[in-house]
Order: sequence, then structure tokens, then C-alpha cells
Amino acid sequence: MKPAPFQYHAPHTVAEAVARLAEVAPGGGLVLAGGQSLVPTMAFRLATPEHLVDINRIEGLGRIAVDGEVLSIGANVRHAAFHTPVMEGPLGALLTTVVRHIAHYPVRQRGTFCGSLAQADPASEWCLVAETLDATLIARSVRGSREIAARDFVLGAMTTALEEDELLVEVRLPVLPADSRFGFSEFSRRAGDFAIAMALVAYRLEDGVIAAPRIGVGGAEDRPRRIEAAEQALRGREPGSEAFQAAAEAAAAAVDPLSDFTTSADYRRGLVGTLTRRALQQAAA
Amino acid sequence: MASGRQQDKQIYIGQSVPRLEDPPMVTGEARYAADINFPGQIHMRMVRSQHAHGEIVSIDRAEALAMPGVVAVWTAGDIPEVPPVDFREGSIPALDAYRQPVLADGRVRYVGEPVAAVFAEDAYLAEDAAEKVRVEVKELPVTLSAEEPPGEFEAGRDTEAAVVKQGYGDIEAAFASAHKVVELELSVGRHSGVPMETRGAIGRYDAAADMLELHGAAKVPHKNRELLARMLGRSLSSINLYAYHVGGGFGIRGEIYPEDILVLVAAMRLGRPVKWIEDRYEHLMTANHSRQQHHKIRAAVDADGRILGIDDEFFHDQGAYVRSHDTRVVKMTCGVLVGPYKVPAFSALGHFRLTNKTPAATYRAPARYETTFVRERLMDAIAGEMGINPIALRRRNLITSEEMPFALNLEALGDAIEYDSGDYEGLLDKALDQLDWETLQKDVKRRRADGEAVGVGIAMFVEKSGLGPSDGAKISVDNTGSVEVITGGASVGQGFETVMAQICADALGCDYRRVQVVHGRTDRIDYGIGAHASRATVVTGNAVNLTALKLREKALAAAAELLQAPISTLDISSGVVYRDDAGSDPSISLGDIARSLEPGLAAEERFHTDHQTYPYGSHIAVVVVDRETGGVKLERFLVAYDIGRAINPMLVEGQIAGGVAQGMGGALLEEFVYDDRGQPLAASLADYLLPGIHETPTVELLLAEDSPSRRNPMGIKGAGEAGVTGAGAAIASAIDDAIGIPGAITRLPVTPQRLMDILNSRQ
Amino acid sequence: MSNGKTDITLTINGREHSLSVDPRRILADVIREECGQTGTHLGCEHGVCGTCTIIVGGVTVRSCLMFAVQCDGAEIRTVEGLAHKGELHPLQRAFMQHHALQCGFCTPGFLMLAVGVLEREPNISDDDLLDVLSSNLCRCTGYANIVKAVRAAAAEMRAA
Repeated sequence: MKPAPFQYHAPHTVAEAVARLAEVAPGGGLVLAGGQSLVPTMAFRLATPEHLVDINRIEGLGRIAVDGEVLSIGANVRHAAFHTPVMEGPLGALLTTVVRHIAHYPVRQRGTFCGSLAQADPASEWCLVAETLDATLIARSVRGSREIAARDFVLGAMTTALEEDELLVEVRLPVLPADSRFGFSEFSRRAGDFAIAMALVAYRLEDGVIAAPRIGVGGAEDRPRRIEAAEQALRGREPGSEAFQAAAEAAAAAVDPLSDFTTSADYRRGLVGTLTRRALQQAAA
Repeated sequence: MASGRQQDKQIYIGQSVPRLEDPPMVTGEARYAADINFPGQIHMRMVRSQHAHGEIVSIDRAEALAMPGVVAVWTAGDIPEVPPVDFREGSIPALDAYRQPVLADGRVRYVGEPVAAVFAEDAYLAEDAAEKVRVEVKELPVTLSAEEPPGEFEAGRDTEAAVVKQGYGDIEAAFASAHKVVELELSVGRHSGVPMETRGAIGRYDAAADMLELHGAAKVPHKNRELLARMLGRSLSSINLYAYHVGGGFGIRGEIYPEDILVLVAAMRLGRPVKWIEDRYEHLMTANHSRQQHHKIRAAVDADGRILGIDDEFFHDQGAYVRSHDTRVVKMTCGVLVGPYKVPAFSALGHFRLTNKTPAATYRAPARYETTFVRERLMDAIAGEMGINPIALRRRNLITSEEMPFALNLEALGDAIEYDSGDYEGLLDKALDQLDWETLQKDVKRRRADGEAVGVGIAMFVEKSGLGPSDGAKISVDNTGSVEVITGGASVGQGFETVMAQICADALGCDYRRVQVVHGRTDRIDYGIGAHASRATVVTGNAVNLTALKLREKALAAAAELLQAPISTLDISSGVVYRDDAGSDPSISLGDIARSLEPGLAAEERFHTDHQTYPYGSHIAVVVVDRETGGVKLERFLVAYDIGRAINPMLVEGQIAGGVAQGMGGALLEEFVYDDRGQPLAASLADYLLPGIHETPTVELLLAEDSPSRRNPMGIKGAGEAGVTGAGAAIASAIDDAIGIPGAITRLPVTPQRLMDILNSRQ
Repeated sequence: MSNGKTDITLTINGREHSLSVDPRRILADVIREECGQTGTHLGCEHGVCGTCTIIVGGVTVRSCLMFAVQCDGAEIRTVEGLAHKGELHPLQRAFMQHHALQCGFCTPGFLMLAVGVLEREPNISDDDLLDVLSSNLCRCTGYANIVKAVRAAAAEMRAA
């Protein structure tokens, strides 16, 4: 399980990095950030990039800060940065709640938030977060910079809207209103394993009824998705078991779950309902 | 003071003394196979079949041979003189055709089968070149189930390699007179030991001395040497095996595999040491699998729930070849199935069938894990159908301590099974006591009323240990008083050295820390039984004891002369011979005695045993089921076990705790799954799920030493396998209880999806 | 530089190693082979088992998931550096005392995992400590003794 040969590049600026990517990506060059997903695939020789562009030495990509209405997370920010809330309020708390489910402690020391987005594994928690909270992703290339909305970013399993020579430099999460409630529920075989299904929910209360509901489901399909039908089932209703059950059922009905040799679509569908309801119960607690 | 010495005399047996093995392990100085390097070595990398079944059309190695650092690429045609991997005990004409060729010859029969071997200057280059070896295979239909009718193995031979029967009594009469017949179909999933260290071996050949060396051997070095000598046509004394530190065995490491043969042949032919270190992907596809059996079992019972007869037909999924254990696991399955119960009539028929999967062999408590699951599910089913409490039902059928020794009319490992001693019911009572059974039942009731799906399950079992026929040891004391114990044993991490040192120290009268135990070295001793079948402590331990006692007598005789004292007044403590009686003070150290003797102070002795010992136990599990996800949490696990006599309780507890984790893994998490083309789906540790900290409860332990074995003077029974045996059965039983569906669990592992299917189908 | 070697310096347990390595060489392999420190073991080579855990630049990492070239100039700590002038680290002593090892193969990884987190967060809660320890796999012990040993060592390290 030794990787195939590659040429190694370690640029010190974003400009250098994208210039290098423009040269090497067409011939099978990849970005190396945390490496916690990429290196195992290279060990299995499922990925045999001829070039690796290591972005870990680029200054300035480790920035995490609130810029007005958004939380900006740079490409080199590690999962571990979220072990304690990076900001006051529900968004900070949400990220800290979710991060505990991502792999294990040493993996979180190296793996990056943006790397997880670029990888687009269906079981990626951060992809679910970005999708559910309407994040904006900033991609850079020799052609300049562009913004990609989260809902346009993940196209399918392990597939994103990034061009082969684009570097994801930052993601911006809209700051949730201070009175937002959230809940997250995931099911995996063992602690830290890939989620078989997961649900992330957020809402506010206006005059005692649910407003601005967000229900995102991940792990169950080839990409994370907000489930409009489930959100609709909540909007304007009082939080409680009836509304939550309705939303859960809507979510379960709406998904077109993945199936493989060991996990059936039906089983995932059942999980989606259960986890959506549990996430909502958490939010209300 | 002389009499004071008697009180100071340290006794190590029964003490949880710290392990002698530990210091190099915690400092990183231990040497495992991958840490061993020889000057000039080359690395071997296997090219493995990507097809589960097929005919090899061609193997193109031109591109591989041209790559940098590549020394050679071999296929079957390059090793015509090497026979298929032999059985440990030698040729068995009826089975010889099913042995695995060292490199696939004409056909491939499982994904991962070695097809070619690449030898290169380093492991990275070897892997690069292996990727470039093009193997063209014409696919053949795959056989993936042992329950299907057998297919073709080769012309004139089908995939049912053997049919094994054992039985006694009038089974027809039993069923004819039954008040009730209970029938079940049960299966145990394919899983295995999966130690943290993968396999590895280094072959080295000293042409000047015509000495062939295999480094990295473990488990049964002497048997392996015999096997290798046979296969390679060499004398025993021209091959030596060297074991170093070993990262876990569990039965699957230490059998001879094709790669072990290849590094030796290559070392001789290529004139350089050859190092092979398996990677994890390879390990999961090629190291011995185990456990997969499907049973169709029925019991005839009388109106009181007493068993009149058991009739079992089972299908053992052996995988693609018959490896070094031949049919032993199947024979053992027949022999151990009845467990602790009185079964007046019995019939077991085992179909030993080959499939296109990784070959299988023994894994910790082989045949016992499987049969305990089957038998205890049967007991629960009988209880359920008769409306009898499952514990009461078991009590009614248990062999009693007054009936010991109890001969079964069955055999295992070539040994007639006779349970030596045991109070099965007594130990069960102690276990229930320790758990405070009444309170536990009340708690469970209360939690259920609150909506929790919590349940308790029990499994009872008989283990086996101390397989003979004999072992010996050589012990010597040098001039400094250091003691060296040479055994043909093996350490796989279980604390072998410490236990042998404790035994030697007590018998001889010295500090256990001054005892150095040699094992795994065929060049230091010509014989040995290695470490398997929970026999090391029993057999080698008793051999060490006898040898140390013999050495003690020699030392006392010499001391009597040197001290001019009657031998009856002498004793040894802390390595010093002293006078036990009042007044006199002269003493002499063992080291000085050694110096005074020509040719020194040494002894060699053997321990013989006719029969194995049969320790026994009960496992009790408490689980909580999440009815909406099918997730199962193992909340509590109690092991009650009769250890006979614990040499080092701390080590016994460690063995049991580790065993429980493995047993629990097989019950809930671990499975080698194949798709319908025979492609392995659990070929990484992300897919083959080993229990982690959050999945593993702290094991509660009840060790009983009130039935010491009568089969050896030390009263020891082995404990290496005691934690794993009943775990599958106990957890299955607890899940049934938790979900309130008796007999729900008929298959291991219980995955969340399978459990949801059961729950959903009952709505 | 086409498939050529890169010159790097790794400082392992305070000692500098100047090396020329192929970029694809995994950090664990370079530590074990070029630098001769075989205490760090490889259990899976795909980042799941944690046996290869070491500390790089003060960060606890899985050394099978990094390339040696990424660590040029880095301070690396492995199990061989735990003992200080012949005196064992409290964790090493605790592991022996509590029988937290059997085959010893996963032990260096657990030791470095524990050292890394306890040095950074000496007052880590027991729940969080358990979560951290759950990063690594052991096949022999069933974990209970490992947890006991780390708790005992943590208490000793806090008191020191």
C-alpha cells in the first residue's frame, strides 16, 4: 500500500499554487491539504496523481474569522479548530457539535474543512453543513476568483463544480441569527465511522411558530440536500412531536437513498426519518 | 535468620506480577518482523488474483521485469520443485488435491490468491512492478455458498472436500420418542483474528553453512520447521526458525502460508535475504478467515425439557483451499457441540466445502465460538417453546459435578473428549450472584417500562485446553545465578515468558526477574509445541515446572555436598540454598553451585498428558437496542470462568477481556462480505469493523479456581480462549430478550440493518 | 526535479537526520527505515488504526497519512523519545503497571496519542479523554486497562 510516484510542489502563495495547478492539473495533479482522505486513496492506488500541490505552507489560508455576516474559513483551517466554538452564538455551537462526529482526534488535527468540501464524500459532515446553511465557496485559479453557491457546488459523489485547476481557498458560512436553534443527528456503525445517514436542522421561532426552517440530509444520497418538503412541513407550525414527525416523514419520503451490497435504500430511508426527527428534538430541547 | 528466610520465600504463582515482556514494548525497542532487516535484502511483493475463479490464460511480466530495482518475477513455472502447502501433520491422500499451490498453477480460486512474486530492491519499487504484471484470466462461475450443492473443484473432483461424522446413541429412537422436536437454522458469519500486526517473513540462506532461516515465525515453530523441511526436501537441522516480537496471533498467524515458502526459496535461489511484509489490504483478503458455518440443528426433548437427542447437519465454508489444519475444525465442531449438557443421543454431520473465498482455518476458540452460538440458541429455543425459564432449562440438562469425569464418546484434535472436572451449575450460580440477578431483572423491567429495549442473555460453554501429548524444557543456571529456560513455546503477546518465569521461579526458588525464557527458536531447542489451543501454560508450563524441580534437586544435592549438610535441611529462596534448621548459617548461591559443577547446573525434563483439560464458563450480556436504527449497544458483559489455577491473574483477565472484544466483534461488527462475483468487500479497516473503545464494555470477571485440573500436577487449565467462546451466543440471546422476540437472532453478525429487517417484519 | 529525491531534514526526538527522499515516501516509512526508529509501527497504512501515531510540530498525527517531504524542518517526537535520560515516562510506567499491553504492537501509537493530548490539555475531561483514546485500535486488551493506565498517568502528570 505504497503510493505511486509523483512530483511534489510546495508553493508559498496562492498565486504560485494556482499557477502550478494550471500546469499540472491537466496531467493528473491534485491539491494536498490535510491528506486524511487523499493519502489513503493513494495508498490503495485508487488515486495516482502525478503531481501533488501541497498548500500547507501557504500563509494566510489558515484564517478563520467573522467578516460581517459570514464566518470565513480558509483552506488550511483544520477540523480541530472547531473543537471549541470559534464564535459566539448558534453557528459556533453548531460547528462544535458537528465536528465531534468527524473521524477521530488525530485525523481532525490535519484534515481541513475546505478539503472535506472539495472531496465531496457523500458522508461529509461539512458538505452537509455548507449545503444546509447556504454557504458560499471561493475558488481561485489563474483565471481569477469566483464564488460558487453551496447548492451548486457538490454535483454528485466525490464530484464538485471545481475545475481541475481550481483551488478552493475559502468557504463563507452565513452567521445564523442569534436566536436560531439547531440539531444534528448521525448514525454510523462505530463512533467516528462514515455516516450512513445524518440530518442537520436549524430554525427560529417567530411568535411561537417555526420560521426559516432548514433541514439538510446527508450520507443517504450521493450528495447532501436540503429537503424542501420537510422544511415546508415545519414552517409556521409549533415545534413539537407532531410537526417533527411530519417533517421526518417528509424527509424520508423525499430522499432517493444510495444502496450497496451491505446497506439497502430502504434502511437508509428509515434512518433519514429517524435522524431528522431526533435532530429536531435536539433543536427544541 | 535462616527461619526468617522461609517466611520471606517469594511465591509467584497466583500473583499478578508485572510482565517481563513489557519494557522493550513501551520504549519502542521491540522488534517485530517489519523491524528486522538484513544487509543486502530484497523485498517481495505478491501479484494476486483479481478474480474469484478462473483459468489463467497468460501472465505477462515483461514490463515488470524492465522496471527499476526489479530483481526477478516468478510464477508457478519458476518453482516446479515446490509442492503445494502441506498439512501440518503431513499428507492426507483424500485431501491432498485441495492444498494450495504456492503460486497459482493454471487456476485461481479466490481474490487475493498469489499468482506471481516480484522481487525488488525496496517495497515501493516492488509494488510498482507488481502492478505491471498482467494476468489474463478466463473467468469461471463462482461458488460462494457452502450450502449450495458442491461444484467442480477440478476434473473428477467436487468442492465437497470431506464429510465428517461423529455421533453416538440411538438418534432415531430419541426423535421417535420425543415429546417435542425443536428445529433451527443458524449461521455464523465469516470473520477472523485480524491482529494489529500484519504477517511478515524474512528468508535468509547461509550458503556457506547450508543453513536456511525463516525469521518472523510464530505459533508453532517446530511443527513449521518439520513442514518446511518436508516441502523443501531439507534436513530439519538445516532449517531454523526465529521468532521475534509478534503483534498478536489469535490462531491465524504462524501457520505456513505460500509467502513463507517463497521467501525461503527465493533466498536460496537469488542469494539475498528476502523480506516480505504484508499490507492490511492483503491481510484481509489472504490471511486465514474463519468461523463461517451454517447449521441445521434439531433437538428431541421430553415433557420436562430434558434433551433426548441432538441431530445437527452443518456446512462449513472453507474457502478456496484446505490449509494446514485439514479437517480439524469440522471434526472439532462435531465433537464440542454438546457443550456442558447431557445429550443421550447425538449425531453431527459436517460438510467441509470449498468456495471461492479466502481459505479458512482456526481462530481463537475455533469450533467452540460457532457451536456455542448454535447450541445456546437451541437451548433458548427449547426453553421458549416449552415455556420453561431459559436458566431453569439449562440447569435441567447440565452435566453435574458428581458425574465427572464425563466421557462424551466424541473426539476433538484426535483426543477422546472426557471432561475432567467441573461444577457448571455452581459457577452459573456464582455468576448470577455476582450480577445480583434479582436486582438486574428488576432494573431491566423498570427500564423496559420506561421504553428502553434492554435485554439480558446467557451462554454456557465448555472450553478445551492443554492439548498434549507432551512438551519439554531445558533449564540452566549460569555462574552469575541467572536462569535460562529454553522452551519450544511461542509468544504472540500473551505473556508466555512471564508465566514460565513465574513457574520456574517458584519451583526452583529464585526471583522470577532473573529468569530468561527463550521461545520461538528452533536452533536453541529441537522440540516444542508452540502456542495454540490454550496449551502453553498447561503443557509447557508443567514441563517447566518438572524441569525446574529436577534442577532444584540437582542444586540441593550439590549444595548438600558443598555445605556438608543433610539435604533434608536445605531449601532454596531468592536463588540461594540455605539451611532450614535452627542455628546454622552457611549458604550458597545457585550461581556458585553452577560454577562448582562440571558441566554446570542444568536439567531437561518432559511433561506428558493423555487428555486435554476442559475448563468451562458462562457469559452473560446486557444489551440495549435502538429500535429505530437497529443499533446495539453492549452495556455489560460478565465472564464467569473456571481457570483451574491462575498463574498470573492479571494476565488471565487481560486474555479474557481481549477475547470478549473479539467475540463481540464477531457478534455485531466483523464480517468478510463478498459480492456476487466473489469480490471481497471488507478489504480495508474502514469496512472490516474492529471494535473500538466506545463499542467495548469493561468486562466483569469471575474467575473460579475451585476445580483444579486433575490432568496435571499444577492443576492448570488454559484461559486464552475463554473470553471469546460464548460472546456470540450471549449477545444474540440478549438481543432477542431486548426486542421481545424469542429466536429472532439466527445469524451473526447482527448488523443494524439485519436487526431492522427483523423488527420491521414483525410489525 | 523529475521523480528525483528531495533533500529534507527531520528532527526526531531532538536528533537531526539529513536525508534525500523520494516525495512519495510515507513519513512513517522514513522514520522507520532511513532514520532507523522502528518503534513507530504500521498497522493499516490507510489512516484507520492509529498504530502509527506520532507528534509532528506539536500536533498529534497519523504518520501513515503524511509524506516525509511535508515535514522538512519539523520537530518529530516518537515513542523512542518518551523516556528521559533512562527514566521512563509516567505513561510508559502506567502501561506496564496496569497491564495495558499484550502484544505491544499498538502501544507506541497509544502512548503518543495520550502524550500528545495530555500535554496540550492536562485538564481534559474524562469523556473527552475517552473520545481521544477511541481514535486507536487494539486487538488484544479490550481497552479497559489502556484507559486505566492513561487515567493514572494523567493524574500523575497533572500533579507533577
